[in-house]
Amino acid sequence: MDLNFLDFEQPIAELEAKIEELRCVGDDSEVNINEEIQRLQAKSRALTESIFSNLSAWQVSQLARHPQRPYALDYIHRLFSEFEELHGDRAYADDPAIVGGVARLDGRPVMVIGQQKGRDTKEKLKRNFGMPRPEGYRKAKRLMEMAERFKLPVLTFIDTPGAYPGIGAEERGQSEAIARNLFVMSALKTPIVCTVIGEGGSGGALAIGVGDRMLMLQYSIYSVISPEGCASILWKSADKASDAAEALGITSGRLKELGLIDEIVEEPVGGAHRDPAAMAERLRDTLIRQVEQLERLPVDQLVAARYQRLMNYGQYNEKS
Amino acid sequence: MSWFEKLMPSRIRTEGKGKRNVPEGLWSKCSGCDAVLYRAELERNLDVCPKCGYHMRIGARRRLDVFLDEEPREEIGTGLEPSDPLRFKDSKKYRDRITQAQKATGEKDALVVMRGQVEGLPLVAAAFEFGYMGGSMGSVVGERFVRAVNASIDHNIPLVCFSASGGARMQEALLSLMQMAKTSAALARLSAAGIPYVSVLTDPTMGGVSASLAMLGDVNIGEPRALIGFAGPRVIEQTVRETLPEGFQRSEFLLEHGALDLIVDRREMRERVASLLGILTRRPAA
Repeated sequence: MDLNFLDFEQPIAELEAKIEELRCVGDDSEVNINEEIQRLQAKSRALTESIFSNLSAWQVSQLARHPQRPYALDYIHRLFSEFEELHGDRAYADDPAIVGGVARLDGRPVMVIGQQKGRDTKEKLKRNFGMPRPEGYRKAKRLMEMAERFKLPVLTFIDTPGAYPGIGAEERGQSEAIARNLFVMSALKTPIVCTVIGEGGSGGALAIGVGDRMLMLQYSIYSVISPEGCASILWKSADKASDAAEALGITSGRLKELGLIDEIVEEPVGGAHRDPAAMAERLRDTLIRQVEQLERLPVDQLVAARYQRLMNYGQYNEKS
Repeated sequence: MSWFEKLMPSRIRTEGKGKRNVPEGLWSKCSGCDAVLYRAELERNLDVCPKCGYHMRIGARRRLDVFLDEEPREEIGTGLEPSDPLRFKDSKKYRDRITQAQKATGEKDALVVMRGQVEGLPLVAAAFEFGYMGGSMGSVVGERFVRAVNASIDHNIPLVCFSASGGARMQEALLSLMQMAKTSAALARLSAAGIPYVSVLTDPTMGGVSASLAMLGDVNIGEPRALIGFAGPRVIEQTVRETLPEGFQRSEFLLEHGALDLIVDRREMRERVASLLGILTRRPAA
């Protein structure tokens, strides 16, 4: 089994392996097999498209957590120029699970904040698997307030399983740190565009996810609780994660229908990790367009509109 | 069922069922020190154990009843009822859970809001009903909270909220997560208007409620020994694989770590909140 491919992608993996085999043969063979290779490649593309046109919520979750999926810094380096990372919450520590700093987007000065996962074991530990501690959220808040002072639009990139559930995190006020960010972001006097690039894990994600525009990459997820967590509480069994994923409606398509996000940024065939450059370019174009729109609004109108968006969240019945 | 039995937490209520010769609900056992207490006396003591001072959980309506002056009182957001936008179904349908919770508590949803007075000081008070799906925050709770904030702003009177909640309501999925942002945004407005907000965190206040409206008080008050935190103790234990320190995530622990301003005994709540708010609203001394 090829680890680059998820379970449901195995038919594609087999086809790709065959193509690779033929290529090797092709080098020292008289027969012209280019035609055959091309035929198989077309077949592989068609197969990928057909598999990806009909993914379950659980399959999308696996893509959102794919070990090769581009992380915040991968996008930051591709999307921006002059990125200068700024560290620390000025009170306790620097949390490597959240990165932030100033940069330019197509020449325009911006503030960038993202949750960062690690690629190899060492970096995974350093980044705490992308699970921020209170100091991470407080760093983010510090940078947002700085952005407000210097009139920089804030661009956030969400990718976390959730805020870290640890002893120290509780001691230092994980709840307050998250709550304070929601409070501050709701009234920040500068445009905020939030993008879920992988996993949007509950309050830990929302703590950098309150803004004027909410975007999601096509195969990212955003949920009040992980499908596994939900399954173990409501179904009393973590095996029901795929049922929970379906019920929670965590995919970009479903959330767009529910009116909870504004735009889906389409991913390359097979997911962002198959072509990170193309993905980054598409995201860059989208962000430039969104920031341009928001910057045209006078700031008090911007903040009033954001408040109205927040107040509209929720569905209930009302009897007079 | 007698009227005061309904007010009792269910685990206390089941206590008396095995003993056939004792009238139901006459006695209850303190969850803190196991002392057997005369129910009526416990009631008079606001469900605080007279022996050890343990604060038992109380429902939203009783909470407001013992907090507010008898007159005037006006309930806010009574017309709001939960809907089921995702048609959520796990082992049970969300609709059925709603019906069951409504029957068990007599409440439409897990937050009750009233405009009234405490020792003559006008204010808006909200209280979570933990018996209603663990006091979880869904769309109705979020909207009622916002209306509480708006009533405070409209009348320029302080807001007090008693939280008791397991967090966001899973059955409303991301809509319930967004209630965290919605309620926090409303509180930012209240704060900008210069109106004080006192958050009283009672047992238990966890997850999405703790990580939004409950931690945003100008003054955060804890009831003694209330469990307060972001992640549940079991989740933390599984993550860090060590036993948690004694008293972890209790009010006293939070006070020590700087997350609460003070701990207030339920029997002094009215008086001390009224006094705090009197000072914050610059009312002349009584």
